[in-house]
Amino acid sequence: MSRKIGEVILDLKKVSLSFGGVKALTDISFDVREHEIRAIIGPNGAGKSSMLNVINGVYRPQEGEIILRGQHFTKMSPYKAARAGISRTFQNIALFKGMNVIDNLMTGRNMKIRSNLIQQAFWWGPARREELGHRAKVEEVIDFLEIQHIRKTPVGRLPYGLQKRVDLGRALAMEPSILLLDEPMAGMNVEEKQDMCRFILDVNDQFGTTIVLIEHDMAVVMDISDRVVVLDYGKKIGDGDPDAVRANPDVISAYLGASH
Amino acid sequence: MLYRENGQFKTSYAADQQVFPIAQDRWAVVGIVVFAFVAVPLLVDEYMFRAILIPFLILSLAALGVNILVGYCGQITLGAGAFMAVGAYAAYNFHIRVEGMPLLLSLLLGGFTSALVGIVFGIPSLRVRGLYLAVATLAAQFFTDWVFLRIPWFTDNSLSGNVSVSNLQVMGWQLNNPLNKYLFCLAFLTVFALLAKNMTRSAIGRQWMAIRDMDVAAEVIGIRPLFAKLSAFAVSSFFVGTAGALWAFVHLASWEPAAFSVDRSFQLLFMVIIGGLGSVMGSFFGAAFIVILPIVLNRLLPEIGDLVGVEISTAGISHAELIIFGGLIIFFLIKEPHGLARLWSTGKEKLRLWPFPH
Repeated sequence: MSRKIGEVILDLKKVSLSFGGVKALTDISFDVREHEIRAIIGPNGAGKSSMLNVINGVYRPQEGEIILRGQHFTKMSPYKAARAGISRTFQNIALFKGMNVIDNLMTGRNMKIRSNLIQQAFWWGPARREELGHRAKVEEVIDFLEIQHIRKTPVGRLPYGLQKRVDLGRALAMEPSILLLDEPMAGMNVEEKQDMCRFILDVNDQFGTTIVLIEHDMAVVMDISDRVVVLDYGKKIGDGDPDAVRANPDVISAYLGASH
Repeated sequence: MLYRENGQFKTSYAADQQVFPIAQDRWAVVGIVVFAFVAVPLLVDEYMFRAILIPFLILSLAALGVNILVGYCGQITLGAGAFMAVGAYAAYNFHIRVEGMPLLLSLLLGGFTSALVGIVFGIPSLRVRGLYLAVATLAAQFFTDWVFLRIPWFTDNSLSGNVSVSNLQVMGWQLNNPLNKYLFCLAFLTVFALLAKNMTRSAIGRQWMAIRDMDVAAEVIGIRPLFAKLSAFAVSSFFVGTAGALWAFVHLASWEPAAFSVDRSFQLLFMVIIGGLGSVMGSFFGAAFIVILPIVLNRLLPEIGDLVGVEISTAGISHAELIIFGGLIIFFLIKEPHGLARLWSTGKEKLRLWPFPH
């Protein structure tokens, strides 16, 4: 492996999030190092997706802060997160159903568009050049994910496994430095899971992208991640490399439901 | 056999991203535009121009504007009539108050004013959506009704808000007969349709559609809902406002606020729903359906009556017209909820495979 795990680039400090009386996350701190694959695991309702939503600003935690490359954010917003190079995929695919695969991926390039509305309306100089340049970039992603044959298909018509792949493609089209994956392998068969694992490892390896991943398939998590955070009932119960987590008694009891 | 894209290989992204990537489509559209500019003037009489073609062109333009907002950006609006009114009265004020203002500029400034008003009435869309937004945009309708009836300045102190324009000309070209008016509207529509096509295939169009399809995901990708929604309101109102100015200046020549009542808003919304949401082509289909069908029915019914030997009274015809029209709307919406544009594209897909079923 050519990649080398670097410094901490994303640090979460004492994050607490509640919805009314329900505490989704309590006092959670963990960090993510550059170029690593960091997994978040936990039983259903443990707060894993909430955690991702906090990182990219969809939810605002009541307490705690996010330090991204030395920059402190007490209030993260989706737009700021996107600006800072964080992109993500969704648990229940949030693709733009009315658009085809190319257009979905092109939306990922949106942050990099500089031409204005008038130039675009006239398809004039800069707008046209930009459109072609971004199309070329999008085609690279399409090649990378091996979805050339469906590039003009409306995403609503694609089977589930391919939709997941397009969702990943849209996140990759942003050329993110941190990629958040919310259950990328949920509901897939073995071959699709293998493909997805390969893509995740390749993204990490070739582009050096830092990956934060939520996954239920323990075999996958233990195989591909460098470090694992374990959540249960909104609290952190374990943190470390896969072997350490596997041996952690709290984690075992949370998963096997041993008496508390 | 005729409609095939076999053998049309694209060797550059530019070629693949054309407005009409399939050669047959391209030639068909060029053919239709040439036909509309050259052949129609030779074939058609004055009545056709005045009663059918000019209203069809102008309402197509307005429907195109509504489609940008409702079909592409997913923000439902019942204020289209209001934005037409703003466009019309703003253009009127520029026309009479500024000495030597060219007609073209007055009309565009009318559209521009309408865009600004559209942005203001679009602000609620940042908080509410769906039916609630529809009700919020309805406020625009009542507001403009009130403004143009009660504030005499806007209507040049005329009672009842009735105003008129005359001696219209564009750089010495008189807009005094139906043919010239038709060509003028057609030129407007052609340019605006091309602009709409360009916007919907570039970044701004993708922003609108992303907001329509999945707003949370759009935000996470770095699309700002504020900009996307308000720009859709602005562009939509610009189109609708320009259409309103054309409707008033070219079609009516003398009008009052009632010309842009809430009925007009509903009519435009129906056009885009029947024609096809999120389709430039659909706006034309919808406008054609709503403008032309009643007239066709009106002419056809007595003849059918004659054929079967029944004399239908005038009242009977107008009732039957409404019944058949309503029936057809229901029929189309059940058969194809995505509108006539979807029927059209399904037809094209079938044609590509013809004579084989798959």
